[in-house]
Amino acid sequence: MRWLLLKDLQILRRSPLQAVLLVAYPVLIAVLVGLAVSRGPEKPRVALLNEVPANARVSLSGTKLPSANVQRRICDKVECVHVHSRDEAVAKVESGDVLAALILPEDLVNKINSLSTLSPGTPKVEVLVNESDPLKAGIVDDRIEALLAQANLTLAKRIAAEGGKYLNLVIRGGDLPVLGGGIHILGLQASAHILEAIEPALPNGPLKVALSQVTEFANQAGENLDIAGPLINRLAQPITVEKVAVGGSSPPLETFAIAVAATLTLAFVAVLLVAGSLALEREENAYPRLTRGLVSARALLGEKVLLGVVVGLVVTILMLAGLTIFVPLEWSRFGLWLAAIVVGGASLATAGAALGAAAREVRAVSLLAFMVTLPVAFLSLVPSGTVGQGLYDVIKVITALFPFKPALEAITSALEAGNGGIGGPLLHLAILCIAYAAIARLALRRFTRV
Amino acid sequence: MQARGLVKRFGDREALKGVGFSAEPRELVAVIGPNGAGKTTLLSILAGIQAADGGEVETGDGTVGWVPQQAALYRRLTVEENLLLFARLEKHEDPSASVEEMLDLTGLRERRGEIVARLSGGNQQRINIAIGLLSRPSVLLLDEPSVGLDSRQRARLWEFVSALAGRGTTVIFSTHDIQEAERYGNRVLVLADGEALFDGPAEELREAVRREAPEAADRDFETAFVAYLHHRGH
Repeated sequence: MRWLLLKDLQILRRSPLQAVLLVAYPVLIAVLVGLAVSRGPEKPRVALLNEVPANARVSLSGTKLPSANVQRRICDKVECVHVHSRDEAVAKVESGDVLAALILPEDLVNKINSLSTLSPGTPKVEVLVNESDPLKAGIVDDRIEALLAQANLTLAKRIAAEGGKYLNLVIRGGDLPVLGGGIHILGLQASAHILEAIEPALPNGPLKVALSQVTEFANQAGENLDIAGPLINRLAQPITVEKVAVGGSSPPLETFAIAVAATLTLAFVAVLLVAGSLALEREENAYPRLTRGLVSARALLGEKVLLGVVVGLVVTILMLAGLTIFVPLEWSRFGLWLAAIVVGGASLATAGAALGAAAREVRAVSLLAFMVTLPVAFLSLVPSGTVGQGLYDVIKVITALFPFKPALEAITSALEAGNGGIGGPLLHLAILCIAYAAIARLALRRFTRV
Repeated sequence: MQARGLVKRFGDREALKGVGFSAEPRELVAVIGPNGAGKTTLLSILAGIQAADGGEVETGDGTVGWVPQQAALYRRLTVEENLLLFARLEKHEDPSASVEEMLDLTGLRERRGEIVARLSGGNQQRINIAIGLLSRPSVLLLDEPSVGLDSRQRARLWEFVSALAGRGTTVIFSTHDIQEAERYGNRVLVLADGEALFDGPAEELREAVRREAPEAADRDFETAFVAYLHHRGH
């Protein structure tokens, strides 16, 4: 078997394009995944025209609220390109220099302030989008809507907080600042206390009864308005989200991305190499000569699987080593990595052998292997709930029949603790390995026809 | 080597219908017949690649070397790497010495380091045969060894094969070229539609053709042979 393995490695060495692809592919994947997981998404460039006067403040009942720093908040979320006129903003959007333009009109604060008057206006901001690219338009819509929702929430909280202060003043009393001076507000609670103190001094009669009613009203109003305070605060954000994880834990996104990259690399190397190498035996007419007493079909199959595992292991480990430039990996779990890659590689390699035994030509086999591996890999990444239940059940069955998904689960589990047990996926891979080896062995019988 | 009553069926089609013959050491036996006559099937059964549905094959004590019609070697490896691989798989005690021996035998010593894909068809066929010889066979089966070779390459190939037979190897080769069979075969086995029509020396075949197809006796041997097959119902 070792001479056949040596022969296959010599052939691999003689095919520079194939060898370069085998090395370059995982390096490329490693760099792309590394960059993707180590750098956040780029902020979209948005032109910002802020025509609101610098000293304009939202006021409530004549009291100016502190600045909400809307411009800073916007520029935290997007890369702001400050422009000085609407025409300049339009030009930048049309030229593609920016994804969109956000225009805060001069009267924005006045319109907001009018909301608490008898003639409320409608505060508006203007968003300019180049709709020629639906993808960009969608991204901008989402970002701007999120920004405006956040701005509305901040504003609503400020208003609710100010409203709460006034309510507190009515209940507990205090000083109300007006025109640089202040007015003392007695408050419902103090009023009730004063009335309660006066009441015993009054003679029985209609005046005492009336005073008693006013005292009771002051007490009840104070108590009920105390409850209204939290209600006003909740109005700004009536629903809050409490996330509870049910049904297992998901791996961190970085770990999952690395596991996907490693499994893809392993799958392509193992499946394509083994399928192509087995088909080459047939294309070179060597199979009948080899199995005429020199090696058994089973030994030849074993050699091909070993080739896929060895090359797949080397390339995948190189890729993971490359990723450590970008993301720290737990090398202390190297033993588990090896187990996952070797068992996953063996299972993928036997699947490759089954595919390789299906066609006579290397090119046809390579195409077949690619056409099977890529869609199965894609289907294996479809999360539950994103498609209909019936379709998801079909996807689950398909992905369970090919070793990609269990290999992904095993590698995810091996990379980091707390990503689920590795035993289940390894057992699944072992079963698939036996099944595909049996299929490949049966398919190899076709090779003997001369 | 002796074969008796060989039968092979592919579904309803009977590829061999009770074919039998024998071959002695140093003998060159040409198996001749039109395409689809059963030549490759017969050789693959003699080689043990396929099992016969009936009949038996005796090979004596020695091994049987098989050289398929299309070169069965690795075109991306060098001449030497191919020979070394198969010598190792044959479990030779000294594979390197066997390689040297085969390089001398094929006359390809100068080209030992060349990738096989860059060699001519004739040279590829010589390596193909050399690999078949690595098992040190007492019987060598060659399936249409001269297909795709030019006349100069053919001449060199037959010189090489004749030398093997001269050293004691029994050589059984298939061909659809009647002149090649007549020129290089000590004996000729004529197959048509899975039947053995003739088994004997080439001169006797000429006599049989003249006797059974007298109207074509004055024509060239190939034309006369086709007329002979026609007379025999093929």
